[in-house]
Amino acid sequence: MAENEVRLLPVDEGSWRLDAYRRAGGYETARKVLSSMAPADVIAEVRKAAIRGRGGAGFPAGVKWGFVPQGGAGPRYLCVNADEAEPGTFKDRLVLLRAPHQLIEGMIITAFAVGIRTAFIYVRGEYARVGRRLEEAIAEARAAGYVGPRLFGTDFGLEIVVHHGAGAYICGEETALLESLEGRRGQPRVKPPFPAVVGLFRAPTVINNVETLAAVPQILARGADWFLGRGLPKDGGTRLFCVSGAVRRPGTYELAVGTPLREIIEVHAGGTPEGRSIKAVIPGGLSAPVLTPEEIDIAMDVDSLARAGSMLGSAGVVVIPDGTPMLDVLLATARFYAHESCGKCTPCRIGTAWILKIVSRLRREGGSPADLDLIVELAAGIKGRTLCPLGEGAALPIHALVTKFRGELERAVAR
Amino acid sequence: MSYAPSPAALRKIEETITLYPEKSAALLPVLHVIQDESGFVSPGAESWVAAKLAIRPIRVREVLSFYTMLRRAPAGRSTIQVCHNVSCTLAGAGDILRFIAEKLGIGPGETTADGAVTLVTVECLGNCDHAPCLQVDGVDHGPATRETVVAIIEELKAHGRE
Repeated sequence: MAENEVRLLPVDEGSWRLDAYRRAGGYETARKVLSSMAPADVIAEVRKAAIRGRGGAGFPAGVKWGFVPQGGAGPRYLCVNADEAEPGTFKDRLVLLRAPHQLIEGMIITAFAVGIRTAFIYVRGEYARVGRRLEEAIAEARAAGYVGPRLFGTDFGLEIVVHHGAGAYICGEETALLESLEGRRGQPRVKPPFPAVVGLFRAPTVINNVETLAAVPQILARGADWFLGRGLPKDGGTRLFCVSGAVRRPGTYELAVGTPLREIIEVHAGGTPEGRSIKAVIPGGLSAPVLTPEEIDIAMDVDSLARAGSMLGSAGVVVIPDGTPMLDVLLATARFYAHESCGKCTPCRIGTAWILKIVSRLRREGGSPADLDLIVELAAGIKGRTLCPLGEGAALPIHALVTKFRGELERAVAR
Repeated sequence: MSYAPSPAALRKIEETITLYPEKSAALLPVLHVIQDESGFVSPGAESWVAAKLAIRPIRVREVLSFYTMLRRAPAGRSTIQVCHNVSCTLAGAGDILRFIAEKLGIGPGETTADGAVTLVTVECLGNCDHAPCLQVDGVDHGPATRETVVAIIEELKAHGRE
């Protein structure tokens, strides 16, 4: 296989089974790592690869693993975040469907590096059928000796449990995920302590996104330098960009970190349909502040989007075409966060509810520019006053929609 | 009010509990098993689960009332979920929802009089490249059109008569 054809995500779904994965060299990297590397060297390699978390926060995975305290006799856990629910994101679904063994191999390597013997995969409730594919793959891996005690003839073993959620966006937040896994409401915990120190069942815990872990085998197989060369110096590798909305070819595109947003939309996703133009683009899932057409000549990496006042987030690109009433987009956004706020922090619980009430009223009976000011004020009241990023995730996109499309919204609400 | 799972469900529940270092962590999966079998989680089932996992009944209620997929009352034999988040809205989810509602003669959150179908709106189903998307009894559909929706409803009706 030519180097430039190496992919994280297989192109066809038929290759998910163990036989196909093994024919392509599957589980050989885990074998090599477990039989010839020291855990600290594995962490160092992944840190050097500068792989930023693919779930949304963009935190370097190798650094996260390094936060787990060394030594100690008690258990440690790995939690795989498969609670993919950021609107506009559908990549982890594809990894689970097409490359479940690659995820499992990544989990084995990660668990070995951090000294973990039990892993839980938290699959969003709505992905029950996707989760069954994963369970089938785990059963195959177990039968072949890749899951269970004493892997590859070493003393190292790993048990994997698939845990199904039940419909709550908040459980993608890492501490809410832990609460949910422990059989409680998915409401975030106060940090610190961070999960790496006090996590699942009060034990040190590593939580990584599906796509992040599925990239680990290629880092160890080909080296951190190779991985870095595929992306940017501080943000290595390829990423799975999900494109939906007004494009000719909606879908998931595996491209180098740093690929320009305009290229993703116009070249890979085929551009807008005949006769349509771009009005706005959500670059990284609904929580990422919207960009105007003038702002889409931007490299799609964590730092570039942050500098532009937005977020790479989950790399879910939503293309909004001309003619779309932005009041409708604002309503769908406000409704989502009001519905998904977990209720723990007052500013988020009350703020998102009031924003939805105002937007609904504006859409129903119109209003005045002062109503738009009030929405901006409420969004500002949420920001920085919540335990978890959901509050910010609501405040920032709502603020961006209202300020960047202020003129249109003023005209739309004037009756 | 009293509740007892079937022998098969009980076996599944007991197996599930062994997967977790603390029994109470099995709460969500156990509620899934009960709902899959009974269609909802009754007050009697709540008490049964609390006793089984050695937790207080209020903790079961807290969890049951938090997660949108868990039900405390029966729903229709089938459920149609219509995504109304941004990508699906852009692709005409509003029209599809109105069309389904008209076909079924009910609004979102309601169940047809014969108990066959419940219609609900949901947030992103992670299937945005197939917008507007639906999930019908756990199976993904999309892009939904008036034609595909008619076919889905016909099939649910035929299935309901069996």
